[in-house]
Amino acid sequence: MENFCERLGENALYHINYAGRLGIFLFLCLTNILAPPYKIRPVIQQIHFIGAKSLFVIVFTGAFTGMVLGLQGYYSLRQFGSESALGSAVALSLIRELGPVLTALMVTGRAGSAICAEIGIMRNSEQIDALECMAIDPYRFLMAPKFLAAFFALPLLTSFFDVVGIFGGFLIGVKLLGVNEGAYFSGMYKSVVWDDIYMGIVKSLCFAVLIVWICAGKGFYLHLERSGGFGAEGVSRATTNAVVLSSVAILVWDYLITAILL
Amino acid sequence: MPEHAVVIELRGVDKSFGRQKVLDQIDIVIPEAKTTVIVGASGQGKSVLLKHMLGLIRADRGEVLVLGRDIARMSNRELRDTRTRFGVLFQGAALLDSITVFDNVALPLRERTRLTESEIRKRVREKLELMNLVDVDEKYPAQLSGGMKKRVGLARALILEPKIVFLDEPTTGLDVKMSKEIYRLIHTTQERLGFTAVIVSHDVPKIFKLADYIALMAASRIQGCLPPVEFQLSDNPYIRDFVQETMGEIYTSGERVT
Ligand SMILES: Nc1ncnc2c1ncn2[C@@H]1O[C@H](COP(=O)(O)OP(=O)(O)OP(=O)(O)O)[C@@H](O)[C@H]1O
Ligand SMILES: [Mg+2]
Repeated sequence: MENFCERLGENALYHINYAGRLGIFLFLCLTNILAPPYKIRPVIQQIHFIGAKSLFVIVFTGAFTGMVLGLQGYYSLRQFGSESALGSAVALSLIRELGPVLTALMVTGRAGSAICAEIGIMRNSEQIDALECMAIDPYRFLMAPKFLAAFFALPLLTSFFDVVGIFGGFLIGVKLLGVNEGAYFSGMYKSVVWDDIYMGIVKSLCFAVLIVWICAGKGFYLHLERSGGFGAEGVSRATTNAVVLSSVAILVWDYLITAILL
Repeated sequence: MPEHAVVIELRGVDKSFGRQKVLDQIDIVIPEAKTTVIVGASGQGKSVLLKHMLGLIRADRGEVLVLGRDIARMSNRELRDTRTRFGVLFQGAALLDSITVFDNVALPLRERTRLTESEIRKRVREKLELMNLVDVDEKYPAQLSGGMKKRVGLARALILEPKIVFLDEPTTGLDVKMSKEIYRLIHTTQERLGFTAVIVSHDVPKIFKLADYIALMAASRIQGCLPPVEFQLSDNPYIRDFVQETMGEIYTSGERVT
């Protein structure tokens, strides 16, 4: 029993400690985003990596999400004889909810894991120590471009997702199942207001911070990992953890934001 | 001991990893513009000692004073300001492995100075040539041999003309000719820049020529930090064993030298 309590306390302390450290990490990253010298190239490289290279996956998942929404929406709405509301149903669920969340989850899987592995390996092979000894701030040098890039890329990717999804729904609802084309789009125009778009943008910006924060932080503190952040296995374990943690955080945060903004 | 200004001073530094006590009551003074060489068997804690001076590892007890200030009490900014004076070669070179050799050496110039790209190019070329590295600009660190990595690391450490250099085994993995050249290079650069050097090395007795002071790490402690000649004649049992083992009977305890 005593042993159990000891273990429990130890666990709690470890996690509180870790959370605090991640908090400091975020603070240092965000305060260093706009520190000189300003370099645009690393930011563009990261936008290319996080954004442009995710485009294909996003378009693909967006199309299929829209298509399945069209399909499901059509059969549900038909029961009430209101197929004409399909356009607004598809658009609203994409813009407010599915677009930001699914985009963030895809980016976590694609770019978040890579960020964690990259930073983790740099930590493991003393590259981050070397940067510090050269008086180069790793927060500014490594993290700031990633945060900035995610900040740019996620809202853009999300809007791609939304647009492609809406056309996916159009394809199934209108072209395949015969909903009136005018009804599909005019319903959408009427029901989608600025608040919906605003919510989508706020969500995707929050998710951008969450993804880079958790994934880069997990890599950055690899050496403090309790299960031992050693070598290739340490990196792979940290990467898995980072992806899981950041996905969960995205879903929880999504609920919180929705509750606040609604 | 030294009447020179003190650059780094360790006072009663303890460090344990788990149950293993690596540093035990370490006291050492690094005088300005001199070369202090730390020797000792593998695994005795030389690299750990160096990392304390760099502020990468925090001591369990005791203090590490760099330029008179406790490194553990510095803010991030002060620590960074202090480190602008450093030039560091890690034991494993620690090159950034996703950028080329050229970019690695150019990195401190690009991040910390406002030099133009052509000026940077000139300086990097110069340093790489000094290290006898030709045609490696576009290679990645993974494509280099161990000794080449060391030399690239050395070029990177010296590119900003630092005031204090820390070299962890600068010549391990180099052939005899190359290591001689590196020693000469360190020597001439020091004469020119007057930097303070802390060098960890296994290259005894050759390193003695370069050293102003030699410190032996043994049994988790510094066993005397002495000028080379006194070091060789010391009657500290650890130092005597070390000298005997690395240099042979002839050098030990004065009277036997005829
Ligand atoms: N991060 C660490 N965690 C646990 N133990 C460590 C750590 N770093 C070093 N040690 C231990 O500290 C001791 C000293 O290591 P260090 O690297 O300083 O040796 P060294 O004197 O530099 O040896 P070498 O000449 O082979 O480089 C070793 O026993 C090592 O296992
Ligand atoms: Mg070592």
